[in-house]
Amino acid sequence: MTKIDVQMVEDIAVGAALLGTGGGGDPYVGKLMAIQALQKNGPVELIGVDDVPDDALVVPAAMMGAPTVLVEKIPSGKEIFKAFDSLQNYLGKEIFAVIPIEAGGLNSMIPITVAAEKKLPLVDVDGMGRAFPELQMVTFHLYGLSATPMVLADEKGNSLLLNTINNFWTESLARNATVVMGGSVMIAIYPMYGRDLKQAGIRNIITYSAKIGRAIREARKNGEDPIEALLKATGGFTLFKGKISDVQRRTTGGFVQGEAHIDGIDQYKGENMIIDFQNENLIARRNGKVVATVPDLICIVDAHTAAPITTEGLRYGQRVVVIGIPCDSKWRSEKGIATVGPRYFGYDVDYVPVEELIKG
Amino acid sequence: MEYRIGIDVGGTNTDAVLVDENMNLVESIKVPTTKDVSTGIYEALHRVLEKSKVERKNIKYAMLGTTHATNAIVERKRLCKTAIIRIGRPATEAIVPLVAWPKDLVEAVGNHYYLIAGGHEFDGREISPLNEEELRKIAREIKGKVESVAVVSVFSPVNNQHELRAREILQEVLGDIPISLSHEIGSIGLLERENATVLNAALVDVARTTANGFKEALAREGVTDAKVFLCQNDGTLMSIEYAMRYPILTIACGPTNSIRGAAFLSNLENALVLDVGGTTSDIGIIAQGFPRESSIAVEIGGVRTNFRMPDLISIGLGGGTIIREEKGEVKIGPDSVGYRITEEALVFGGKTVTATDIAVRLGLAEVGDKEKVKDLPLEFAQKAYRKMQELVEEAIDKIKTSKEPQPLVLVGGGSIIVSNNISGVSQVVRPQNFGVANALGAAIAQVSGEVDRIYSLSEMSRDEALNNAKQLAINEAIKAGANPESVNIVHVEDIPLAYLPGNAVRIRVKAAGDLL
Repeated sequence: MTKIDVQMVEDIAVGAALLGTGGGGDPYVGKLMAIQALQKNGPVELIGVDDVPDDALVVPAAMMGAPTVLVEKIPSGKEIFKAFDSLQNYLGKEIFAVIPIEAGGLNSMIPITVAAEKKLPLVDVDGMGRAFPELQMVTFHLYGLSATPMVLADEKGNSLLLNTINNFWTESLARNATVVMGGSVMIAIYPMYGRDLKQAGIRNIITYSAKIGRAIREARKNGEDPIEALLKATGGFTLFKGKISDVQRRTTGGFVQGEAHIDGIDQYKGENMIIDFQNENLIARRNGKVVATVPDLICIVDAHTAAPITTEGLRYGQRVVVIGIPCDSKWRSEKGIATVGPRYFGYDVDYVPVEELIKG
Repeated sequence: MEYRIGIDVGGTNTDAVLVDENMNLVESIKVPTTKDVSTGIYEALHRVLEKSKVERKNIKYAMLGTTHATNAIVERKRLCKTAIIRIGRPATEAIVPLVAWPKDLVEAVGNHYYLIAGGHEFDGREISPLNEEELRKIAREIKGKVESVAVVSVFSPVNNQHELRAREILQEVLGDIPISLSHEIGSIGLLERENATVLNAALVDVARTTANGFKEALAREGVTDAKVFLCQNDGTLMSIEYAMRYPILTIACGPTNSIRGAAFLSNLENALVLDVGGTTSDIGIIAQGFPRESSIAVEIGGVRTNFRMPDLISIGLGGGTIIREEKGEVKIGPDSVGYRITEEALVFGGKTVTATDIAVRLGLAEVGDKEKVKDLPLEFAQKAYRKMQELVEEAIDKIKTSKEPQPLVLVGGGSIIVSNNISGVSQVVRPQNFGVANALGAAIAQVSGEVDRIYSLSEMSRDEALNNAKQLAINEAIKAGANPESVNIVHVEDIPLAYLPGNAVRIRVKAAGDLL
């Protein structure tokens, strides 16, 4: 059993920001909340999926809405407990443990705060192994689990219990409620039993995030190449190294879409890469040829420090390395590709695993 | 003929210039910056006046760009005890004010903070009404205990009503106490804006003593008819009254003065500016005549803030940067002989190889005695020069926003070490009087007004929102003292907010004009 302390929170924040593949928001506020909760309540207990009894209830805790709103309207800190308590009351069963729904700057941190304050264990698992923008884009959905009953809670004290006919309705109703409630809410969602979690969850994601963060931190400290350390920790591939030469952004339906153009440097000199993003990085094309697509992870990091760069943080002139990491095999199923493959995001591209694409 | 004085305090020198009403340089002077800063300012003022022999009563404007505010924060000295009132409860309770501040800085401003109900949503709706009763109670409690107040309300950049009302109530109870309102200081991002607002509130006294000291010094020199201004970090001016309300905006006015001075000297509205000093160089951008601003959080004195700052990249390369060979590799700095260059560099008879020596060895600059560097191996000098060039080129490439080659204006004493052939640069401009570009930037500065807020495009079109923001910015510039006929929009930026339907967009606009 592992204890999550402040140092590990720092490492998880970096690792999860990388796995956020450009989305998931800036971890700063979430990190401060998690660190305060740990300082007040002591370290959080991290347990494995197999430590969860089959009939025990686990609930993902997350923030929903705009990270830009959250950094201005900081939570009261009580929203998520309200969501948890009200879901627990509705279900009439004690919640055994908390889990993250995704790996991303912000949502990797919220569950740590909940676990610390509620003195609940945190399970080393999530529903994405990366970040995605919509509520049905979780492996739980692939296994037929329902997002509802779910509770949304705002800082004013409002909470909303949703029961829906499917997870697409949940996404649509919850997204609109979020706007009315002020653009940033806390949610308790996808309540499930240990046996479902064992089947549908992506395992060891928290220790994986921490491992990535630690590898980058230690490489920097020891004067080694943090990019090498990052590749070693993730089993990822270098897709490109270059300089951002153009970033185009436009908003549609509340989601920022755009393209980042990168001109090659060093061994990629004379080549180019274009990355399409919709909050997260979705497609990477090298010299016009697709080399990675969603749901595989396309991560853009600073070429010197290996610090993950969010799509909002992309700027002309940055030296970056683009890394491709194979996604969890659950996403590579037929239903997985239908849920989060390139065609779902509107691209006329078939999904081919990144490790095959880079062979050319 | 009427005249203006511009003074700029740098790390090494304090520069003063005198310009006439047609903006011609009449006189300039450099004196060493003193530890207390003020003595150096008074000395520069005295000497530039004495040297120019201009009639004192014809000096109509005096502009000062100084480092007093930065120094006070870094040294944790002369800061006001400040009460922080955050409006937004129950939102924001998860992270209380001053939490991530260094302890000694918290002590310097006192640890007085209060959270009360109120604040707004991203679309301008109230989260809850402002709790006026509690605010009055707090006001009575802090009376006599603090010298300054910072008020921060959630989403005040979208809706400032609660901050404005809070000021009214505080003034009713506390009378004439300085009150800093966050919507006037920073942008979206509560903690960073709050930090900037608290620092601003704590600097009020520093601004007052700096401004009064400058006015008295002018009076001692017989300059009694001049309007006095402090420089702010967007390259424009603030009146003394304005500076006392927004002292934090003086931070980093030095580099922006250099950029504005470079624009003026080169007659370029859009260009890159490289200011090469003794130890480091700053690279910035002139966009439509003004320094481009940074959009990322900036740390000051160990505190994360988000108030307006110039977009700059500093590189560890200056005229005095030490060049050495290690394990067969040429290493550039990052250490420098600094102001001791005239003793330690080879060309001045010293024993240390500096960037200046490399430039002289290759015949690219003429300073000191070139005979003294003739023993430097040519190959070593060429390698070093290539590396210096790469440092400059990489920084230039980072700060540019497009591939198109742009002109580069070189200013600062160390600029002789930079060549005329830089990739990504269309033309290198070395203006006359490049050594006092900073003080000139102060002397010729304009006044400005700014708006930064979120608009919901479900209620109005993007054009309507932009026009609204532009008009507000123009009004602000006129309020700050600009001639209405000369006001122009100098910067427009709109950024969509992610993960939210309803197409909320954040719009930033700046307008600037000549002094009335």
